[in-house]
Amino acid sequence: MNHSTEKITNLKTELYSFHTSNGGKMVPFAGYDMPVQYSEGIIKEHQHVRSAAGIFDVSHMGQFSIYGNEKDYLALEQIVPIDLKSLKVNQSKYSVLMNDKGGIDDDLIITKSEEGINIVLNAACKHRDVTRIHEVINPSKTKLHDNLSLIAIQGPKAVNILEVLVKGVRDLKFMTGGKFKYKDNDVYVNRSGYTGEDGFEVSLENSVVKDFCKTLLENKEVKLIGLGARDSLRLEAGLCLYGHDLNSDISPIEASLSWALSKIKKEEGNFLGSKVVKDQIANGVKKKRVGIKPDRIIAREGSKIFKNDKEIGVITSGGFGPSINGPVAMGYVLKEFANEGETLDLEVRGKKHQGKIFKMPFYKKSYVK
Amino acid sequence: MSEKKYSEKHEWVELNGDVATVGITKHATEQLGDIVFAEVPEKGKSFEAGGEAAVVESVKAASDVYSPVAGEVTESNDAIVGDPSLVNQDPEGNGWFFKIKVSDVNQINNLMNKTDYDKFVMEGA
Repeated sequence: MNHSTEKITNLKTELYSFHTSNGGKMVPFAGYDMPVQYSEGIIKEHQHVRSAAGIFDVSHMGQFSIYGNEKDYLALEQIVPIDLKSLKVNQSKYSVLMNDKGGIDDDLIITKSEEGINIVLNAACKHRDVTRIHEVINPSKTKLHDNLSLIAIQGPKAVNILEVLVKGVRDLKFMTGGKFKYKDNDVYVNRSGYTGEDGFEVSLENSVVKDFCKTLLENKEVKLIGLGARDSLRLEAGLCLYGHDLNSDISPIEASLSWALSKIKKEEGNFLGSKVVKDQIANGVKKKRVGIKPDRIIAREGSKIFKNDKEIGVITSGGFGPSINGPVAMGYVLKEFANEGETLDLEVRGKKHQGKIFKMPFYKKSYVK
Repeated sequence: MSEKKYSEKHEWVELNGDVATVGITKHATEQLGDIVFAEVPEKGKSFEAGGEAAVVESVKAASDVYSPVAGEVTESNDAIVGDPSLVNQDPEGNGWFFKIKVSDVNQINNLMNKTDYDKFVMEGA
């Protein structure tokens, strides 16, 4: 075998040509060619989601199912520390896939369905995740769906816009889902998202996705949104990006994601890495994920954090927040400095610039009508 | 005022006597996208040709702005520091970065004219 002659081709979602014909600027992301932005640019796209509604193609993410009843899927609790028994049908939870060091191998959304369990996995992690899940779940009971696309519709106007095409979705509560019809096609809709806005994620057959997006775009309040704005929206909302703010060496307690673990699992343990997690809950952690608001300068991933010339941490996500109209960041600092309002120095291009620890989210909906 | 000249790093230079105005090209701003931060050099700072003189950041990334000619900064454009989107709106006019008193006016001849620069961009360099 001669690897050097192998051409590395990125995968494409069903909507690839739809993106390019709508002005999408394609970039490699997690093994896929994905739109980073469309012709209007990241800031306009970001603001459009905050004020109206945007469509995101998130079909690169893994849609995975475990079919069966409790005896078929309950072993998942060994690696995803949530209480699956108490999860109601069509209810979703954000959680994490644990490893034996107490670190996070992926963050995910898990939903109980009438047929079993559905999980949405990060694109870059999905194949490793499936291998990990197969260590505890019979592979013959599972499926990674390559016939399905996933479309997020996010923004304050998303509910009214989607309701026109998919009757009944307006009655969904946050983090619940259900089976609906788009035209004559079966779709699964979940009221959730990753932007800090109200919104939905729609799982549907690849053969329908283009028509669905085209029909949504007929409404002038809807725009296509790329990965660039997806990143600034989630950062303003204080949400983690796997591979940046989370990784296999960071525990959910360090990541300030204790809420993503069920109370009973935190008490009982008996999941992978639970010894580390329980010890950290009892005795504290060395470092903690916090929100950081730089005074003026944009501090990006990798910027070192100092307090009185002592290095105390590092930025894991940082950029410009269009709705804040200023820089926003998150990162890890030593626990003793992880206090709201603590002033810090952020090293950018060899110089130190002030910032302070800020309680996330940076952007909160005011719900003023 | 002399004809505008262009560098391979996508800066433009316009010479007026022995003072050159420096900015980034329209092509550069199109590549960068929405510009959200600009840092300009202080008056009196000296640079070699090709020296890192300023910083421009889009939503996506930070980039250095190099001085295509050697000299000493006489003025910086504080307007783009206050409103970085000026660089997107008018990159080769009001969105200029700094003015520099050039140590050798002949250095500008090392740069490309508009036709050559456009060709350089077209060829994807």
